[in-house]
Amino acid sequence: MDNKTSKQLLGELLDRHYAGAMQAKQEGKLVAWATSISPQELLTTMGIHTVYPENHAAAIGARKCAQEFIDYSEGHGYSSDICSYARVNLAYMDILNSEAGNIPKPDLIVCCNNICNTVIKWYENIAKELDIPMILFDIPFNHEYEISEQNTNYIKKQFLEAILQLEQITNQKFDYDKLTEVMKISTETSIWWKKAALQARAVPSPLNGFDLFNYMATIVCARGTKEGRDLFKLWYEELGEKAKQGAGPWREGQELYRVMWDGIACWPHLADTYKVLKKYGINMVTSTYPDSWYIVYDTDDLDGMARAYSSNYVNRNLDFGVDNITKLVEDYRLDGIIYHSNRSCKLMDFRQYEVQRRVEERTGVPSVVFDGDQTDPRAFSLAQYETRIQALVEMMEARKYREAEDHE
Amino acid sequence: MNKILQIIRQLESAGENPKETIRKSMAQSGKKAIGCFPIYAPEELVYSAGFLPIGMWGGPKNGTLSDRYLQTFCCSIMKANTELALSGSYDMLSGIILTAYCDTMKCIMENWKMALPHLRLIPMVYPQNRKAASGVAFMEEEFTRVKAQLEELRGGQITEQELTEAVDCYDDYRRTMQQFTKLASRHPAIFTARRRHAVIKAASFMDKRVYTEKMKQIICGLEKLEPEVTDHKRVILTGLMAEPAEVLDLLEENRLFVAADDLAQETRQFSVIAPKKGSAIERMAQRIAMQDGCTFLYDAEKSRGIRLMELKKQYNADAIIFCQLKFCDPDEFDYPIIKKQMEAAEIPLLHIELEQQMESLGQIRTRLQGFAEILE
Repeated sequence: MDNKTSKQLLGELLDRHYAGAMQAKQEGKLVAWATSISPQELLTTMGIHTVYPENHAAAIGARKCAQEFIDYSEGHGYSSDICSYARVNLAYMDILNSEAGNIPKPDLIVCCNNICNTVIKWYENIAKELDIPMILFDIPFNHEYEISEQNTNYIKKQFLEAILQLEQITNQKFDYDKLTEVMKISTETSIWWKKAALQARAVPSPLNGFDLFNYMATIVCARGTKEGRDLFKLWYEELGEKAKQGAGPWREGQELYRVMWDGIACWPHLADTYKVLKKYGINMVTSTYPDSWYIVYDTDDLDGMARAYSSNYVNRNLDFGVDNITKLVEDYRLDGIIYHSNRSCKLMDFRQYEVQRRVEERTGVPSVVFDGDQTDPRAFSLAQYETRIQALVEMMEARKYREAEDHE
Repeated sequence: MNKILQIIRQLESAGENPKETIRKSMAQSGKKAIGCFPIYAPEELVYSAGFLPIGMWGGPKNGTLSDRYLQTFCCSIMKANTELALSGSYDMLSGIILTAYCDTMKCIMENWKMALPHLRLIPMVYPQNRKAASGVAFMEEEFTRVKAQLEELRGGQITEQELTEAVDCYDDYRRTMQQFTKLASRHPAIFTARRRHAVIKAASFMDKRVYTEKMKQIICGLEKLEPEVTDHKRVILTGLMAEPAEVLDLLEENRLFVAADDLAQETRQFSVIAPKKGSAIERMAQRIAMQDGCTFLYDAEKSRGIRLMELKKQYNADAIIFCQLKFCDPDEFDYPIIKKQMEAAEIPLLHIELEQQMESLGQIRTRLQGFAEILE
């Protein structure tokens, strides 16, 4: 990787990821589709090429190609009220062609409901329509603050059951030594991902937070690989270097406000949402993403791995959600919060109002909610978005003024 | 015959007036009540602890209190439950078991903990890998955990005998209901869609033993009656629920008879009976493992469509009506698969979108009229 930037490597890595999966398919090797925070360790150990429909749907959205897929799904009876990633992917499963790039048809699917229960229904439909095996990792919702032993045991047992299922599907013995290695790399990758994201704590932040959205595709698909790990290490170093020089997120323009973004990006309107923020000097320095893929455990510790896959914030209770964001406000010295009320994601949405109230109560940091969607371009209004951002700027400015007065 | 009709009307009224029925059931049994969220709550545990399990299936309640917690695209049953809770309707409950079958329910659980600290909430999670050894064990542990919380509320342990008696009581209720739905399918004149629904729903608000006895009397009477011959077309309802009840009036208006249902609120409550083998909790966990064709429980085979085809055959039905509660994701995912299967089998299928608090039924009326005409 001589002299290449992490951004260049990122592009190459993603190209290789998709090309590799297509080639594997052509060679008659098994290809899996999996949800974004799946225990890929087991699949990587088995050498199964795995692609991620959420990544792919996001790419289709970002390339402004989602509408044709959404129309197709809705034409086949899918409600416009369900997750748009699902609507895009279930259409892609039939169409198998997009300008945004292609993924091969799966031979098996792996679903982990730590991100939502909606994926169970979505993946059931794939399994049924394509008549292929499905492995479900059922991660119970943590209504208690900590991950209970009962939940941990259940998840761990499912890892072992899945290994048997994989042995049956592949007709191969599971290599536990290889698992050890993959577990080690996966944890290291997660650590570098988080460390890179933490560089944005510097003021000004060397990270333009929208890059998190770009790099996210890689943490999803390359977490179990050395090249993924090395990429994030390089990104960490690059950001560290920038921070040392006191460089901000942009070549032109100053970082005036630091905010976090709650929820998934509006992929079809990525550029618009970004430009509006930049116009006002707002840098999105963090989101709930860095922690979602911070899947860290001791090598060979399946209990730890079980806990790690149950720890992402959407699978945690509301108290945890509030503590989590409060900590982000402090760690990243945030001036404001943008909550994306994402029409696709009821699990994120229906706790947002209460989280917003509680975080504001605790931190005093102002926030706004805007309506949007992760991939359905119809569910977003640029005018509403900009009005909300303007309101946020006014509130952040007023707060800064108040704080300055208090200091005097 | 008159006596049977009287009991039927009594249960119909009990099902249509939850508040009054619950009050009466509590007074007659001397029991305190515990609310049970859909879809499957461990009512047997509640019953064994000496409480009255009350089904919490929303209602026509409108309001704006829930807007503080929920966006507009939340399903009407969870909105209604939240409105009812925030307006104090559930303050008479000694506890509420909250379940998390879908993403909305997970959030409801969390919001309620914040918004209603005075209520005794018992959150629980049903395993989705419910057939695997890991899932069965988790289900048993979860039942045991909830049992301990109920024991705390009761102020004493639940004995294995009490629990076994409760599971047996529910087996009896379920077996009785299976018999009832079979017999009811022969009586389109007696069991209009609305009445059938209310009679079945009454079980949610009554002591199961008392309810089952009444149902047995109805069955006894129905067995002596000749099947009725009418000009109704026979349909099967599938979905979470078929409310508001006014929609069911429209079925009758269009001479559509509910020959059977595959509704979570109705037949799915009693379509599977616990096996006899094992401890009470093992039997309960096995029952969940066996509950197939329900969108709220993982089913890679997607066996709901097959179940509907079987029901159609068994009940000599003419068509299926898919009752889609708006914003109910799991059902929304099932529909395209069912649609495809029904088209392939050339079974007429109508999809209607419902909200518990809908005011205008004009569009549904037109669609039902059109559908009834096609079936002619």
